[in-house]
Amino acid sequence: MAGYILRRLVQSIVVMLAVGLIAFMMFRYIGDPVNQMVGVDTTPEQRAALRERLGLNDPMIVQYARYMWNAAQFKFGTSYQFKEPVAQLIASRLPATLELSIVSALFALLVGVPMGVYTGINRNSWLSKVFMTVSLVGISLPTFLIGILLIFVFSVHLHLLPSFGRGQVVDLGFWRTGLLTGSGLKALIMPAITLGLFQMTLIMRLVRSEMLEVLRTDYIKFARARGLSRRAINFSHALKNTLIPVITITGLQLGSIIAFAIITETVFQWPGMGLLFLQAVQNVDIPIMAAYLLLIAFLFVLINLVVDILYTVVDPRVRVDGGASA
Amino acid sequence: MRIMGLSLAAGVAVAVSAISPADSATLRWAFQGQLNALDPYTLNETFTLGQLGNVYEGLTRRGPDLEIEPALAESWEIIEPTRWRFHLRQGVKFHNGNDFNADDVVFSAERVQSQNSDLKTRLPGDVKVEKVDDHTVDFVLSQPNPILHYEWDTWYIMDKEWSEENGATEVVSASDRSDNRAAFETNGTGPYTIDSHEPGVRTVFKANPDWWDEIEGNIEEVVFTPISQDSTRVAALLSGEVDLVDPVPVQDVARVEQNPNTDALTGPELRTIFLGFNSMDDELSSSDIKGENPFKDARVRKALYQAIDIEAIKQKVMRGMSEPSALLISPLLYDRAGEFERHAYDPEAAMQLLEEAGYGDGFTVTMDCPNDRYVNDEAICQAVASMVAKIGVRIDLNAQPKAQYFGKVLATGGYDTDFYLLGWTPSSMDSYNIFANLSGCRDETGKGSPFNLGGWCNEKVDELAGQVLTENDPDKRNELIFEAFSIMHDEVSHIPLHQQSLAWGKSTKLDLVQRADNQVLFKWMTLSE
Repeated sequence: MAGYILRRLVQSIVVMLAVGLIAFMMFRYIGDPVNQMVGVDTTPEQRAALRERLGLNDPMIVQYARYMWNAAQFKFGTSYQFKEPVAQLIASRLPATLELSIVSALFALLVGVPMGVYTGINRNSWLSKVFMTVSLVGISLPTFLIGILLIFVFSVHLHLLPSFGRGQVVDLGFWRTGLLTGSGLKALIMPAITLGLFQMTLIMRLVRSEMLEVLRTDYIKFARARGLSRRAINFSHALKNTLIPVITITGLQLGSIIAFAIITETVFQWPGMGLLFLQAVQNVDIPIMAAYLLLIAFLFVLINLVVDILYTVVDPRVRVDGGASA
Repeated sequence: MRIMGLSLAAGVAVAVSAISPADSATLRWAFQGQLNALDPYTLNETFTLGQLGNVYEGLTRRGPDLEIEPALAESWEIIEPTRWRFHLRQGVKFHNGNDFNADDVVFSAERVQSQNSDLKTRLPGDVKVEKVDDHTVDFVLSQPNPILHYEWDTWYIMDKEWSEENGATEVVSASDRSDNRAAFETNGTGPYTIDSHEPGVRTVFKANPDWWDEIEGNIEEVVFTPISQDSTRVAALLSGEVDLVDPVPVQDVARVEQNPNTDALTGPELRTIFLGFNSMDDELSSSDIKGENPFKDARVRKALYQAIDIEAIKQKVMRGMSEPSALLISPLLYDRAGEFERHAYDPEAAMQLLEEAGYGDGFTVTMDCPNDRYVNDEAICQAVASMVAKIGVRIDLNAQPKAQYFGKVLATGGYDTDFYLLGWTPSSMDSYNIFANLSGCRDETGKGSPFNLGGWCNEKVDELAGQVLTENDPDKRNELIFEAFSIMHDEVSHIPLHQQSLAWGKSTKLDLVQRADNQVLFKWMTLSE
């Protein structure tokens, strides 16, 4: 197992080097950071001097090598816009994104799985049809539209929930949380639903189709023949066997939730990493963009690893194969 | 809903309300961009300088109508044509309790001219700053300069001792890795202090009880949040979560006005939006006319000018939120601007002019346009393209985000444009800024007028500009400016389009002064219960 994890870690370094290289190649096309850093009436000489100081005149590969070498020592440079170390900026924005992502993922699971089980078992009930219709909305409407609709209804018209921001936060020293205050929790509701709705419908549909599949198998029929209660059949036999794909998808989706929180964070002005990244793109703040992309790549690699390990816990067959095939 | 009192001539809208003000209040306000580094010399940009203007002060300041007033300098005199004497206000203290004196002015002058400063233009390069006594400072110039102090309302005076203690003697630069506190902390003399600052998230201002002047409004605390998304910003205003937003997108102005608890406050901005031509190169690289440059011919430039229906752009594209302009400078900034009139919209005359110039069959050209910089910039370019198509000039529109656009058309991109749209606010609020930046001759590298992207060049205008710079008599100076602008108007150096409107959205409970330079200043705001 240890060797397996080590191998995966080495692979992840290769992945991150590649992500860094691709990112640097793209940065050449997003515009000149100097134009974003200075006022419009800054003279060409001053601009040229600034370019030189930032090392922007070096060949791309030199900039890349320098960046990766520093990144290996956890030095991500200084943000062009904020003049603060990028590592510090990301660390200060990470809690907001993680809280939002985890709450969204929990929302997606806790609502999606029961809905999926219900619609799987009671295929033709009217409630199932309602769920299926709702899930269509979740899959087909773009995130920003859902967010704006929620703001329109619950903030502008009903005055129930705040339209932007994180509310009151509590500083725990290493972590600034919005989960401990009333306004923080209220502020979390709409962004979490907006971000989690797509995943919720995805999980619901996945659980439903897996349930339909499993309920047709022989061992379920035998279980019924043995006279086991419906409850025992549905939840301990059928649901358990649907969980492998659900865990895979949820794990991978957690990565996408964090990575694609960008849009939700922008709509709700949620002060997380996604918003930081989007503003960095608009201002050609290369140090932030590079660090963010590396971090997201790292998250995906990490999540994949955790999912693989979880397989062995849930499904003994994978364990027998030695896990290498996972 | 209430229509705001709006006085065009003064360039300022003052909202008047009969409701009684609260004793002290917290203002919550949101802007589309973020407040980044707090060093007042790092970024020469309206919003940042405006917010820092609540905290720091210059030797002079500008009032509600942009008139220059004494601030940290009580008075000044020109004792010789090249020697200005400033008498500093006594008893002023910085927020940390340090006294303000002549050393701070000398220090700030050196700092604003140092390498990383983005505000070097606040002082002439060869100025000498001499301390006469603790409260008197002389500025010695190499040649007379009647507008020496015009930009000093945003040249903020910093405390020498504080800067030295906090590693802040140098301007915070992008490549800075030192522990320079000026990026995150402030120590000014102004009406507000910054209580906490999380860049891009939230900034809290608190009233300074020891300010030497009186805060006219009742704002004790200000919570600033950047909200970049237009719809979210408007929703935050409509739902009463913020009291003030800037800007309100043009399409939402009516909605903000219809809401019983909010008002839209609009007025002309100082920025002028205009089109420019490449009249420097011998051939337009993007045109099908080879071997010659049609834009070198003033008749062609005038033809395009007259093909543009500015009223249609105002009504359809800007939804009435623009003021058509005949000059590259706002009428608020030049007394005699009213004597100029736009060349009339006349497509037939335009065709005639093209015919005379030998381009009766028209030609193609690429137009460069930003799509996220000015109000409806891309839509303006599309409208222009369809209008000039009617006289046979076929435009291939290249609209890009500002990062790419400026990278292409400015000096760093080699002025790679044949026809472009640009906006300009003269930071000195004076016409000379236009000659120095937009209309003077330049060479390939931008020596001369660096933002004359098309390289239009007229020696007479340059000569007049030189005289404008050193003429101390206001009437003679205005006459020289008039002459230069007349040549530019007749020769169609550029096509001025309009001054876009600034549009703030505010709660009906909030009274404030909206200044045409778009600075948001808390000291004039009153929030009622």
